[in-house]
This record gives sequence, structure tokens and C-alpha cells, in this order.
Amino acid sequence: MSFIEQTREFWRRDKTWFSSGQTRPYVDVSHQVILYIEGLSVSFDGFKALNELNLYINDGELRCLIGANGAGKTTLMDVITGKTPCDQGSVYFGQDINLLEHSEPKIAQLGIGRKFQKPTVFAAHTVFENLELSLNTHKGIWFTLVAKLSTAESDRIDEVLRTIGLEQQRNMLAGALSHGQKQWLEIGMLLAAEPRILLIDEPVAGMTAQETERTAELLTSLAGKHTVVVVEHDMEFVRSIARTVTVLHQGAVLAEGSMDSIQNNPDVIEVYLGEEP
Amino acid sequence: MSTLKSLFIASLAAGRLTGNGIQYVTIILLVTVFICSACNLLIPESSAFHVSTYTITLLGKYLCFALLALSVDVIWGYCGVLSLGHGTFFALGGYGIGMYLMRQIGDRGVYGNPDLPDFMVFLNWDTLPWYWYGMDQFWIAIVVAVAVPGLLAFVFGWLAFRSRVTGVYFSIMTQALTYALMLAFFRNEMGFGGNNGLTDFKELLGFDIQSNATRVALFLSTALLLIAALYLSRYIMKSRFGRIIVSIRDGESRTRFLGYMTNHYKVWLFVYSAALAAIAGILYVPQVGIINPGEFSPINSIEVVVWVAVGGRGTLYGAVIGALLVNYAKTKFTALMPDGWLFALGALFVGVTVFLPDGIAGYLENSARALQAKADLDNTSEDSLSKDGTSKDNNPKDKPTEEVTP
Ligand SMILES: Nc1ncnc2c1ncn2[C@@H]1O[C@H](COP(=O)(O)OP(=O)(O)OP(=O)(O)O)[C@@H](O)[C@H]1O
Ligand SMILES: [Mg+2]
Repeated sequence: MSFIEQTREFWRRDKTWFSSGQTRPYVDVSHQVILYIEGLSVSFDGFKALNELNLYINDGELRCLIGANGAGKTTLMDVITGKTPCDQGSVYFGQDINLLEHSEPKIAQLGIGRKFQKPTVFAAHTVFENLELSLNTHKGIWFTLVAKLSTAESDRIDEVLRTIGLEQQRNMLAGALSHGQKQWLEIGMLLAAEPRILLIDEPVAGMTAQETERTAELLTSLAGKHTVVVVEHDMEFVRSIARTVTVLHQGAVLAEGSMDSIQNNPDVIEVYLGEEP
Repeated sequence: MSTLKSLFIASLAAGRLTGNGIQYVTIILLVTVFICSACNLLIPESSAFHVSTYTITLLGKYLCFALLALSVDVIWGYCGVLSLGHGTFFALGGYGIGMYLMRQIGDRGVYGNPDLPDFMVFLNWDTLPWYWYGMDQFWIAIVVAVAVPGLLAFVFGWLAFRSRVTGVYFSIMTQALTYALMLAFFRNEMGFGGNNGLTDFKELLGFDIQSNATRVALFLSTALLLIAALYLSRYIMKSRFGRIIVSIRDGESRTRFLGYMTNHYKVWLFVYSAALAAIAGILYVPQVGIINPGEFSPINSIEVVVWVAVGGRGTLYGAVIGALLVNYAKTKFTALMPDGWLFALGALFVGVTVFLPDGIAGYLENSARALQAKADLDNTSEDSLSKDGTSKDNNPKDKPTEEVTP
């Protein structure tokens, strides 16, 4: 028995030999820009989902991406996170990290978190475990075989649970959560990972008005400490959080600026907002 | 709708309740195994309580199959990777120990050659092929018999998972693997006894392989190793590693975006699973006394999957129950209708898929949970129905309840 305890103790100490958080590379944001996307093109069987797209995201800003269905918003996130290879162009994280060279797990480890359009949480795990797996720590096999949750980590999870308002559901299976709660849990999973950039695809789809309001509060509170890029169709929501809005159309940037300037932009009115009263 | 949903959640939870099942299975196994062994060694053959060596060997064989089923459950039940080629690793392990047993025959073979096994003399070979060197040493043979299947699993898994081969394509590839190896091992030039395989073993570690005591020792070792494998697998599946494995099963892409190299996880789990299958093969061959290319046959690997499905996947002990029951049924059935087994097996698979989608273990756990819920309900008067809508379970993690969300 004491042998087992000793081994446990050994491994606990072992954890502090590595630093408790994963060592992330230094991201050079000396020019204020954290994400450089230049001349990006992606085509699927000849169809250009992204067409020579240029986009610069500043460090700590909250940027909204809007655009009609099929404008290429999700595809853009896929390229940034390494899921979809691109035909042309460049994507830089800070001054000198070329994201196109890295795989999805590596990009996640670099500090770019992503929420999918369709909420994806691990249904067979509890809310707590979902967050545990998302923590910013070592992700290697031998580490996870013996990993024990440190007090700091479990405090961090509790903090995230409070932030996303799921303390009551802590030990519930994520599969049993409501749709809106799943959306929040997924945002919580991003927060647990302490990323530099959060890419959030349609966070309020399927949420009630109250839930939407709380999500807006949450996202605005995240900006500054993190860089947040939000894709959303709900114009009400975008208006409530937006500082800078970028409009995508047919795989390229159509307009960029404050919500008011966007709404008065004749091109935008024609292709996108024109449908609104 | 809500019953469907709660059923779904219950079945998800079934994968989590592995603790108690393993303990029950372990206790039953230990008691049965020790009683059978004692009844074989201590009670005279004339007595009605004597257990024949034939029965011991048969039970030992079942236990090997249970270990093989466990190895499939680890990768299929927890990671969703359906391998239809685990017979490969089982057979390779069996060939490894078979080579050792062949070398132990020494000059007692038909041709009396002290170095070469009979089939090599028969083929007019005059030296031992290089890959037979060292296989006369027990520990070397054991290490090789586990390492070679492990290495094969590593290379195969690495190629497949790196190229993101999944689902039915992966299953077909594993079938092709086992089929290809079967054809290769049928060839005499491979140096593994061709069609006839390896047989006529005499001794294991200096003990007569036919003697009661050796048989009982093998039987006991199999049971103990099976239990050790159950607990080791449970440790792995309860660790964070195991939770990542389940995450990969339910959302591989999501897991990748959390920063996990999912293909590494899958490869290493596949290697672990292959090693378990190889150990099952190592225990199997000395008990049945023969290994031939038939063990590679694709149908064998498919049968293992049926055992796991019947027992209930993703529970570890379910695989053990499934393997034991189906093989017992097979023994009984083939005695009555030798040609009908495959049909019966097919019917069983369809029946289980339709009526017991979670297998026996899932059924047991669901009914246990239902009973528990009913008991809880009877005990609780209306006023103490908890205000927040959750049930009074002190361990909600293991018994998820439907949350009534505002
Ligand atoms: N893997 C793929 N193969 C083929 N075509 C694709 C693929 N992924 C996206 N597309 C196409 O690329 C275009 C852009 O898709 P994308 O998902 O980026 O749009 P979106 O702006 O996110 O739209 P929505 O608002 O509906 O989510 C669409 O026309 C889509 O059909
Ligand atoms: Mg989209």
C-alpha cells in the first residue's frame, strides 16, 4: 500500500519537474497584429471557397466575421486551425510562426482554440472531465497515463465552471446537457486551454434570448486578455458585441469597419444586409 | 422521446461502470478456477467430483479466448476501432511459443535430429533458419512472441492511423492482413511447418506438457494473467489516457483540436491490444498442443468480435463473459450439429444486435440501474424530490439522471 502511495507521490512531484503549464512559444506581436492572413485561396473541386483573402487580426481585439451561407467563414477557420490545406497564401501567428506548417494538435498547443459550428463536446464524459481534457498541459501519451489533477488545475476548472455557469452540472454527462449548455461547455473547454486566440463559430445558434445575452457578456469580457474571432449570423448579437466587423463574400473580404459603417456600406447592403428590413 | 434519451444516456454510462463488474468476474473466475484445479489434482478419478484434465484444458482454452476478446474490446469498445484481424496477433504469439516448444523436442522427434524440427529435416534443410535462433530459450521466445506482433501492430497502425484510415476501410485492411499472413504461413518455405504448423510438443520449461500438473499450472497461469490484464486495462481506461481514447471514439476531430496527437494514441492502444492478443496466443498453444495457419483465418477474427458484441463492448468484463459463453455454446453446439455453427453464430450476432445492443454486460447494468432507480423512487416521498430536479444520488457521476433544465 505504502509502495503505491510512494509511486503516486513520485509521479506527483514529477509533474512539477515539467512546468505545470505547457511551454508555449513566444508569439511576437510587436506590430499589434496577432494573425496575418494573406492571399489565401482554397478550392474544392474547382469551387473557390476562399479567394485571395486578406485579413489581419489585432492582438486582444474582438472581431466579428459575418457573411451569407457559404461565404467561406468556416473554411477560413479550418485553414487557420490546420484542418484544411490551402492552395495559396500564408497564415502567420504573430510575426514568425507559420501556421501552415503545423498539424491541428500542434496549432492547438500553440494557443489557438476553436469552437465548432455544431457544438461538439464529449457526450460520454462528465462536464468536469470535458474541461479536464482541455487544460493547457502536456498532451503526450506517457504523461496522460499517469497524470493526476493538481490542485491548481482543479481550481482552474472550477473557475471555468463558474464562468460558464455550469457548476451545478459539474458531474453530469455532457451528453445530457441542453443545446445551449453544450455551447457554453465548448466555450469553457476553450477557456480551460488558455488560448491566445479563440475562434468561435456560431456560438449562439439554438440559444434562448437570455442565453444569447449571457454569451455576449462572456465574449466581450474575454476580449483584451484573449483575441476573439466570432462568426455569427445573428445580427442582433453581432451588434451587441461588435467593435470591428468583417464581411466575407464569396471567399473574400467585402468590407471591414464598425457596425455602423458596415450597415451603410452599399456593397454590403446589396449582397447581405439587403435582405434585412 | 425522453425515454429514448434516458436510454441513450444510460448506455453511455454503461461504459463507465466497469469497476464492480470486473470485481464480480474476478471473484467468480478465481473460485471456479481453484475449485476445478483442486478437483483435478486432489480428487481421484473414480470420484464423481473429479474434474478431468480434458475439462481443465477446455476451460483453459476458453480463458485464452477471453483474453483475446478483452484485447479486441480495448480497441473496439473504447476507441471505436473495429479490428477484424486480431487473430493475426494471437496466432503470431502462438507461433512464437510454438517455436520454443518445437526446439524443446530435441532429438525425440521422428528423425531424431537434435537441432532441426522434423518438418525441416523432411524438407531436406540442413541448418536452422536465422529467425529460429535463440527460440530455444524460454524468455527470449516469450519476448519475441510478444514483440513481433507488437511491432507488426505498430507499423500497421502507424501507417493506417497516420493516413486517417478509419471505419470499415480499417476493418477491411485488418482482414486482408490476417488473410495474407495465413497464405504466407501455409507455405513450407516460410519455415513454420507449412500446412501442418507446429505440433507434437513434449516439454515446457522441462515439465511434461501432457501431465495433469502442467495442464493445471497452465490453466491457473491463464486465469491469473487474464485477471491481471483486466485490471491493467481498467487502470489504463480510467486514466486520463483512457478518457482521451474515449474522446477519440466520440469525436476524433475535436480531440485533435484540443492538442492531442490522436494517431499516436490510437497506435499505442493498438500495440497494447495486440500484445494482449499475443499473450493469449502464447497461453493457448501449449494447452491445445498445436498451432497451424488456420489460426490466421479471417473468420476467427470475426468470431472474436461477436464474442465482444455478445458480452457487451466497452466494459472489459463483458468481453470475458461473451467469450466464455459463446465458446461454451460452440462446444455444445458443434457436438450436436458440426456444420451448423457458423449459421448459429450469424444468428447470434443478429439477435444480439437487435435485442441486446449493449450486450450482456450492458443489459445487466441497465437493469441494475433500473432496479436501483425504482428502489430510490420507492424510498423517496414526493416532498423530498430534490428541488433542483436532480435525483438524490450521492454519486451522480455513475448514475446520470436526466436534468430538468429551466
Ligand atoms: N470539404 C468540403 N468539400 C467541398 N466543398 C466544401 C467543403 N467545405 C466547404 N465547402 C464549400 O465551401 C463553401 C464555403 O463553406 P463554409 O462552410 O466555409 O461556409 P460558411 O461561411 O461557414 O457558411 P455557413 O454560414 O453556412 O456556415 C460552401 O459553398 C461549401 O459548400
Ligand atoms: Mg460555417
